[in-house]
Amino acid sequence: MSDKEIWVIAEYDEKGIKKNTWESVSAARLLSEHLKLKPAVVILGNGIQRFAEELSKEVELVYSIEHLLLSKYDSNAYVSSIYSLIKDKKPAIIIASATFRGKDYIPMLSAKLDCGLISDCVGFEVKDTILFKRAVYGGRLMAAVMYEGAELLIVTIRPRSFEHRKIETAKGEIIQFKPNLEQNDILVAVREIIKEVGKRPDLSEADIIVSGGRGMKGAENFKLLEELADILGGAVGASRAVVDEGWMPHLFQIGQTGRVVSPMLYIACGISGAPQHLAGMSTSKCIVAINKDPNAPIFKIADYGIVDDLFKVVPVMIQEIKSEGTRNDKGGIFAWKMLL
Amino acid sequence: MKIIVCVKEVPDTAIALKIKSDSTEIETENIPWVINPYDEYAMEEALRLKERFGGNVTAITVGRKRAENILRNCFALGADRALIINGESFKDNLAVSKILTKVIKNMGYDVILCGKESVDYGYAQTGQIIAGLLRIPCVSAIKKLDISPSTKEAVCHREIEGGLEVVKCSLPAVFTAQKGLNVPRYASLSGIMKAKKTKIETLEPDALDLNLSNYKAKIKIINLSYPPKRPEGKIIQGTLPDTAKELVRSLREARYI
Repeated sequence: MSDKEIWVIAEYDEKGIKKNTWESVSAARLLSEHLKLKPAVVILGNGIQRFAEELSKEVELVYSIEHLLLSKYDSNAYVSSIYSLIKDKKPAIIIASATFRGKDYIPMLSAKLDCGLISDCVGFEVKDTILFKRAVYGGRLMAAVMYEGAELLIVTIRPRSFEHRKIETAKGEIIQFKPNLEQNDILVAVREIIKEVGKRPDLSEADIIVSGGRGMKGAENFKLLEELADILGGAVGASRAVVDEGWMPHLFQIGQTGRVVSPMLYIACGISGAPQHLAGMSTSKCIVAINKDPNAPIFKIADYGIVDDLFKVVPVMIQEIKSEGTRNDKGGIFAWKMLL
Repeated sequence: MKIIVCVKEVPDTAIALKIKSDSTEIETENIPWVINPYDEYAMEEALRLKERFGGNVTAITVGRKRAENILRNCFALGADRALIINGESFKDNLAVSKILTKVIKNMGYDVILCGKESVDYGYAQTGQIIAGLLRIPCVSAIKKLDISPSTKEAVCHREIEGGLEVVKCSLPAVFTAQKGLNVPRYASLSGIMKAKKTKIETLEPDALDLNLSNYKAKIKIINLSYPPKRPEGKIIQGTLPDTAKELVRSLREARYI
């Protein structure tokens, strides 16, 4: 193995390292095997010892960039801190998550380094060279992309595209790195965070999504979908029609001009399945469609379909699930979500 | 207030896409092109800033001659100036962002607005790269923008997973527009008539005295494909409540719930 490193930049919240970071670690391991690179992870913040230790259980090398001015996220402070570590260690590849945060600062980092950035990858294909796969035209086509630059490459990865394969390594080494930051390096100050989804998981992290379309008939009826989502530990989504009608905020929109999701289970209620909606959810593992119209295009991609009135179907489903419980109730793999 | 809006033409999102035989591009013969939907939000926000605080709005694009149409559209909406940079020599997003920066740098600016991504290739990088190269603040995926010209500060709402961040920065700055920022207006008839007669400035890269080796593409698409087809699903036959019960049973059996 060469001395060149492949880095993952970690994300965390008060509950610990985020799932998307572990997925990136697994993606980095795949690349590191082919390219003979040494995996490492970079974490930034203030008072992050416990997160660095959590990472060191699964990764051989952890760079912990700590500074008081990194207590809150700022793209410029992130970029200049990571930049100085890059200049010191010269990694070959850097991987970050294509989250709102990753999408915010990573292009600025690539600008500063004048290096290639392949954003929002959903997979790799190893041939003579490595092809990075990404969804284009809002998921209606797939592109295989090659890197032609000579220097460092940065890749961002769409959450839920890689599976986290847990590897227990011997306790990894944690290397502290103190960046040279001053108050005027903070260009965008975060004043406040407004939570909009409440206790439910975010769409990009949810294993189960219950989604409503025009067939929901009004904002007040989304309570029914929320009830189903809650007993499944899932999230609620909506089609563009619903958002355009003002029944749900845009934050919940799934499709080409909304969020692209890839849950284990997607339950589409009263959604006809316009191409721009299908683009945002067709990579879901299992799709259920409930719609009165037997000719709705959604049935063409659904694994299970019921042609009936959703207002009659969903209550029966809720009752059935409640009577026998879900894997969730047994403290299974969904238990982590209940913490969110 | 000098406001610059970066726009891009994209294939109309309503059309069916066909991949060319060389598998690296889509068929573009006779397809309708529109302004990237996120850029429409950026343009609308620019026009609102101009209406509130005065100043002028410049729309700028990197592309081929055809893209003049979206610039005319920007004129019709109320832009004061439009500029097209002949984009044949810039093949990837970094190169396009660099040339935009080069041109913007010479124009002067208080606010630069972009769409948060384009709905064709969806790299979601341009605004951030421009800000990075100009060394000015950037707030991406904004849903609300409040500007105070006297203090030269902006407070905005930026989308994050599950909510919003309220952030503050100084001007000049780059903002990238998320859906929800505003509802774009339609062009007025008089706007459309005026736009027909307005001059669109064209800039050839040669005139910019570039060292083209700095603008070489680092990223190349080598193949486009259709996503794999999903296997034929099954419609659960029968009547309620049996169908719904059968659905729950199947999902449980497959361990989805």
